[in-house]
Formats: sequence, C-alpha cells, structure tokens
Amino acid sequence: MSGLVIEGLWKEYGQQVVLENIHLTIAPRAFVALVGPSGCGKTTFLRMMLGQERPTRGTILIDGVPLPPEPGPDRGVVTQRYSVFPHLTVLQNVMLGPELRASRLSGRVWGAARRGLADRASALLAEVGLAGAEHKFPARLSGGMQQRLALAQALMMRPRLLLLDEPFGALDPGIKVEIHALMRRLWHEHEMTVIMVTHDMREAFSLATRVIAFDRRRNRPEELERYGASVTNDISIWPPRVAGQQTLYDADIPPGRDDPTLTGIATGTTRAAQGTRA
Amino acid sequence: MRLINLRPDRGARIILGALPFVVLALTYVVGSALRLADNPSDKLLPALSAMARMVEVMAFAPDQRTGDYLLWADTAASLKRLGSGLAIATAIALFVGLLTGVLPVARALLGPFVAFLSMVPPLALLPVLFIVLGLGEVSKIALIVIGVAPILTRDLALTAADLPREQIVKAETLSASTWLIALRVVLPQIMPRLIDSLRLQLGPAFLFLIAAEAISAEAGLGYRIFLVRRYLSMDIIFPYVA
Ligand SMILES: Nc1ncnc2c1ncn2[C@@H]1O[C@H](COP(=O)(O)OP(=O)(O)OP(=O)(O)O)[C@@H](O)[C@H]1O
Ligand SMILES: [Mg+2]
Repeated sequence: MSGLVIEGLWKEYGQQVVLENIHLTIAPRAFVALVGPSGCGKTTFLRMMLGQERPTRGTILIDGVPLPPEPGPDRGVVTQRYSVFPHLTVLQNVMLGPELRASRLSGRVWGAARRGLADRASALLAEVGLAGAEHKFPARLSGGMQQRLALAQALMMRPRLLLLDEPFGALDPGIKVEIHALMRRLWHEHEMTVIMVTHDMREAFSLATRVIAFDRRRNRPEELERYGASVTNDISIWPPRVAGQQTLYDADIPPGRDDPTLTGIATGTTRAAQGTRA
Repeated sequence: MRLINLRPDRGARIILGALPFVVLALTYVVGSALRLADNPSDKLLPALSAMARMVEVMAFAPDQRTGDYLLWADTAASLKRLGSGLAIATAIALFVGLLTGVLPVARALLGPFVAFLSMVPPLALLPVLFIVLGLGEVSKIALIVIGVAPILTRDLALTAADLPREQIVKAETLSASTWLIALRVVLPQIMPRLIDSLRLQLGPAFLFLIAAEAISAEAGLGYRIFLVRRYLSMDIIFPYVA
C-alpha cells in the first residue's frame, strides 16, 4: 500500500511513555490535522515522521519503504519558531534548498543556473504573497510573513510529505484566515501529503481532510508516567476534500487514491467545515 | 526617570568618553609636577615635555646604529608577530570549533582535551617553548597561539552548539550534507561571534607577546620596554605603553 503506514508505534523517554501503540494509515495527498492536549506527544510524533527521533518500537513506512533514520529532502518541515535562517535574506532562504542539492561542495550555484533558480524562487515567493520582500532579512518580517517564507522554503524541495508543527499558532486571527487560504491552495497545487499539528479546532476542521486526536486513555496522576497517548478520535471530513479538485461531485477520483475516506478508519463524520472549503 | 532609561546624546557621549582620559592626564601632570618640584632628576613620572622629546627621538629620528626609526620598527615587529599568532589561532579555532560544535563525535573526542588545554596557563609553557622551538620568532608566535586558540575554540564550539536544533534539522530537509550544514548554516552564524571573541582576545594576545619579547627578542615593543626599564627611562616606557 502506498502512502504512510504507521504500525505499533511506541515512544518512551526513559521511564516516561509518551506515545503508545499508534496505528495509522494515511493516504497519499491527505491533509491530516493532529490535535490533542498539550504535552501528549504531537511534536514527538512529528519528529519521528521527520526522522529526528527514533521510535522505541514500531515501524513507519513511506510508500512501503521504512522511513530513513534521519531527516531528508522528501519530508519538509515548518515549526512555530526557528524555521528560517536568520543570516540569509528571504530570497536566499528560498533558494538555499535547491542550491544545496545542486552543489554538494560549495552549496552555491552561479550564472544561468542561479538566475533560473532565483526566478523560480521569486515566483514561489509571489505565490505565498511575499513579492517585494525578497531582499529583507527574516528578523525584519512579521510573524505571518516569516511563516509564509518557511512554507515557500520547504516547498522549493517539492517534498512528498510536509510536516507542520503549530505553524500558525502565533498569528492573529485576521492573518490566520489569509494564510489558511494560502495553505489550502498550496496543498491543492503541490503534490504532497500534509500533517499539521494544531491547537485550533477551527483550523483543523477548515483545512484538513482528516482530523486525528491524540490523548491519554488513563489520566490518573500515578498513571501518567506509564501510560502514553494514543489515537482517541479519527474523523474524516465530510464531504471529503480532495487535493487539486474544487468540488467532490465533478471530481474524477482515481480508485484507491486521493480519497482518505477509503483508507481512514472513520469513527465519525462531520459537516462542520462545509462552508469554508476552498 | 530611571537611570537605566537615561541615554546620553552624541555630544554628551563624546564628553563622557573623554572624561576618564582627561582625569588620567591631569592626575599624571599634577603628580609629575609634584615629584619634579621635590627632585628635578626624579625619573618615575617624567614631565610631558620630556616624554615628547623621547617620542621624537624614538619615532622620528633614525637610530644612529641601524638607521631604523625605533618606535615604528618595534611596532611593526610586534604587530607582525601578533598578526601571525592571531591568524594561526583563528584558523585552528575555526576548524576545531566548527568540528566540535557540529559533530557530536568530534565533541566527544576533542571537547575534554580542548577544555584541558584552555586551563593550562600559557605563560608557564614559555620556557618549554623556548627550549623546544628556540628563541626565534616561532616560539613567540606559538605562545600567542597556545594562549588564544583554546579559548577561541571553546567559544566558537559553544556558539555553534547553541544554534537551535530546528535549524540543523531544517537544513537536512533541504538536502544539506554535514559539510554543507557546517559551511552554509553554522559558519556564517558563528562569524560575528568570532570577531567579537577575537577582539576580546586581543588583550591577552598582547600580554603573551610582550612577555615573550621581554625575555628574548631583537626588536618589538616588549623588548624595548624591558630594555630601557633597566635605566628607569619612564619617558620611553609610557609612550610605548600608549
Ligand atoms: N527530548 C525529550 N526528552 C524527554 N522527554 C521529552 C523529550 N521531548 C519531549 N518529551 C516529553 O514528551 C512529552 C510530549 O512532548 P511533545 O513536545 O511531543 O508534546 P506536544 O503534544 O507537542 O505538546 P504541545 O501541544 O505543548 O506542543 C512531554 O511530556 C515531554 O515532557
Ligand atoms: Mg508541540
């Protein structure tokens, strides 16, 4: 099966069990929102997807292949902070990935290749609404602009999997609405699966194809250490959102693909987000 | 208004900055006048006029024996040693600091050793250096390097290790290798720290240099100061120190 398959995943830090026995299958091109109380292990889960942390037990397969034990260009990430490089300008930040990929010795490209790359980077910057800010340093950008930049930087690598850890958590509601529209469009246009951790239920339901909740099943203080969180809710949004397609009904859905409802273990459905679809 | 919020404007800043110098000069002039009034041949605090005369002799008149302008020749000799010492120390610090800051393996291997080295008082090694490396330039430059490099190295390694882990992970997701992370992510971000650190180390470096020159040299600021010390020629020493 293609997509993301997580089987019997456990994570312990010393005595403390953080995650226990997670089983998930995530379809390609899904947009998963991950919610749960603070400290339940959402960031830890993303770190394992990224390859930054190793699971204590269990396997993670991407397109049927075990996840490499370190981060790589097929998995992009945007975190709440430290997501862009403060010593590079906006344009340099976005160009960095392809430059590193093209030149393994100096990490820089020159001449026509550089101009081509700069054009591609500028186009993407325009797409995320940062046209005109190319030569600023990140410290001079607002929080929302920094997160747009971080998105553009990650997207330049064309990752198959984009991992977002509360990417818009620090933004005010007005900016959030704009950046949600952007996020929805990027997900439609770029060939990728998205997993987004968020504390904002509205955000979860208005963007995702599927909302997954982590929580501890036992919460007595003396049990906190020994019992970790696992999946307590797994909701597929109804009507299904499909990547790259504006509506469900005129859509031409390839069987077994692009339809999270076929693979998700739907424990409930919702109409909550009907009005806010892209 | 709180003192912490009181900011001097430009003019006030210049006056405030000059104040300690003025106080020092005044104290000196008064002290010197008092001592000279007591004993006109007192050598400890010569009058400014005497100092000016010696500056002229040392800086603007060629030495009778060699034809060099002594002050400049000494300064040049000292600066050359200082420069080479600092350059070598910087190169070592960048290399080892980056290595230990970025690679956990290198940190495990070299961290304790560098920490140990930076505890050894460099001046205590001076006799050893003279014996091993001879009395020439090499031992003086080596002293500066040994004195400055371990501290620079530790400082850079700490700065590099303090970069948020998220940045390193981010670079990995942008396909960077270990080498490219060091080159394009870590190095540019520790450069400002290197410059600060180097500026702070300038003082100690001078100390090591003067110490080494005082013991054995044919030219240099330290050499001249300790040479004329024998004749209590404060009129030469003070300008040199300045
Ligand atoms: N490196 C670590 N060493 C030890 N314990 C850790 C480590 N990282 C995380 N933990 C523990 O794992 C638990 C889950 O942390 P995590 O950061 O994944 O929570 P989270 O769900 O992302 O919380 P939040 O919503 O506040 O971001 C916490 O109890 C934390 O103390
Ligand atoms: Mg978190």
